[in-house]
Amino acid sequence: MAFNTPVELQYSKSHEWIRIEGDEGTVGITDYAQDALGDVVYVDLPQVGARFDAEAVFGVVESVKAASDLYLPVAGEILAVNEALANNPELINNDPYGAGWLVKIKVAPGIGALMSADAYAAYVETLKH
Amino acid sequence: MMHNYEPPIFELSAPGKFGANLPQLDVPASALPDHLLRGDDLASLPELTEPEVVRHYTRISQRNFSIDTVFFPLGSCTMKANARLHEEAARLAGFAAAHPLQGDELSQGALQLMYELQEYLGEISGFDAVSLQPAAGAQGELTGILVFRAYHLDRGDHERTEVLVPDSAHGTNPATAAMAGYKVVEVKSDARGNVDLADLQRKLTPRTAAFMLTNPNTLGLFEEHVVEVARLVHEAGGLVYGDGANFNALLGIARPGELGFDFMHYNLHKTFTTPHGGGGPGSGAVGCTATLAPYLPGPRVRRMEGAGGFEFFTPEKSIGRMKTFHGNFGMLVRAWTYIRSIGAAGLRKVSETAVLNANYIQARLKHVYPVAVDRTCMHETVLQGKLAAAPEVRTLDIAKRLIDYGFHPPTVYFPLIVPEALMIEPTETESKRTLDAFCDALLAIAEEAARDIETLHQAPTTTPVRRLDEVRAARQPILKYDAEVFAKLRAEGVQG
Repeated sequence: MAFNTPVELQYSKSHEWIRIEGDEGTVGITDYAQDALGDVVYVDLPQVGARFDAEAVFGVVESVKAASDLYLPVAGEILAVNEALANNPELINNDPYGAGWLVKIKVAPGIGALMSADAYAAYVETLKH
Repeated sequence: MMHNYEPPIFELSAPGKFGANLPQLDVPASALPDHLLRGDDLASLPELTEPEVVRHYTRISQRNFSIDTVFFPLGSCTMKANARLHEEAARLAGFAAAHPLQGDELSQGALQLMYELQEYLGEISGFDAVSLQPAAGAQGELTGILVFRAYHLDRGDHERTEVLVPDSAHGTNPATAAMAGYKVVEVKSDARGNVDLADLQRKLTPRTAAFMLTNPNTLGLFEEHVVEVARLVHEAGGLVYGDGANFNALLGIARPGELGFDFMHYNLHKTFTTPHGGGGPGSGAVGCTATLAPYLPGPRVRRMEGAGGFEFFTPEKSIGRMKTFHGNFGMLVRAWTYIRSIGAAGLRKVSETAVLNANYIQARLKHVYPVAVDRTCMHETVLQGKLAAAPEVRTLDIAKRLIDYGFHPPTVYFPLIVPEALMIEPTETESKRTLDAFCDALLAIAEEAARDIETLHQAPTTTPVRRLDEVRAARQPILKYDAEVFAKLRAEGVQG
């Protein structure tokens, strides 16, 4: 099955996406990631104001199959977390690029290497066998 | 339809029924003072007759899917059959009725058993010192990492803040490291299922306190570079923790202390019988090198100088107790009995047979269920619920259908690095006849899946309740009985 990978987003190898607008970024997990995890039952998100390095663990997402760490694609400070996920973690499955967003961050200068939608889709292809 | 569904005891209740006949009152009735009375209806305690209560609980007990009724090939759990002899020993009055405060002098038999078990476990694993304190495997892990921490700090080394853990590790490994205050760093596996040496070397730094390794690992494979891995970790100044969950593959064959491990926990309640504590407690005894022995939790047992006899002592730099009194003592009696009743040659035979049984299953099934890494396995094999003839089938469906065939499902969806994992550990206590029946069932299920996938989607069909809604149970757990909530759920068609 083909997974949705919106072109306006950037992607990490650990299957997070980030939408960068000015010095702010919105982060979530990809359609591929939510499908691989299965039904999400719990999300653990950081405090607003917490700072993280690029690729640092900022939270945990738990499905009936597994618990997985969430990695921040770029360094930054947490501006907001998606409070709706506490009672409705299924938003991540239903709308991973919209209502299922995880955190908004203030992006630190000097963004590292992220993948375009095409590069990420090709990367996901290599994982399927 | 549901077979033999047993409702909650609350729903068998009717007002005025009671279980015991009290004698006639021969004094004036007197009410309790108002301030001692509860305003509610005593938490809706059910009212039943004694035979109703006895039958309710007896029926529930008969629903138990246990090692005493079915083959239980739960991977990484070593669900071996528990010899009744061990239960006899644990129930001897001198052990079962001993009081932990009766003093060393009156506990010499128990102390001797603990001393000898320390010695046997040290001998079997190649370690210099053993503590029987921890209550189970995860507490053994925590003990190990706390001992490592005490050792590093005692050397004046305050820079070690990271614990390395392979991506195939049991979840308790990273959880332990995090609980002890360390940062967890994941190390990748290579294509043969071993620790990726290049990735390990990249991640070993002066911050590395320890590397936690399970051998055989959770893919059921012997870590081919284990000696090299230990050398690299030691060169970086770190220590090697051995997760002993899979020790059932190595008894009398390889000694972790000689492979380079500094510390290991033993799951006495798996490897040394009474799987999962027989439903009771476990025991996560730990062994280590002479260098780490001074930090072990106490009390341990030693021989008294001169007169003979045994006494408790606490190592000089001990991290302290991990458990009240003397650990889960009943489990120590069972493990001692196991080791003494089968002996050294018997222990080696245990591992040889466990490995043979797992390879037999792997060989019979791998042409239908792909094997995660195609190598000779150790005590367990990791297959995948991916069927060429039925691509839409999931491991969960296969596991549920196995219940209809009268088998406890294997561990599923673990290790996490294997998609659709089916992790099968038969142990040495199963006959070829049982192994064949299990393999026949899995092959029959594969054929059913190819013929009509619905058979699998409907499974299990022979149980008191059918496929449960695991997602809803995790998202909206209901943890206590409430008549109104239950009635509402029943109206929605929810079972259970």
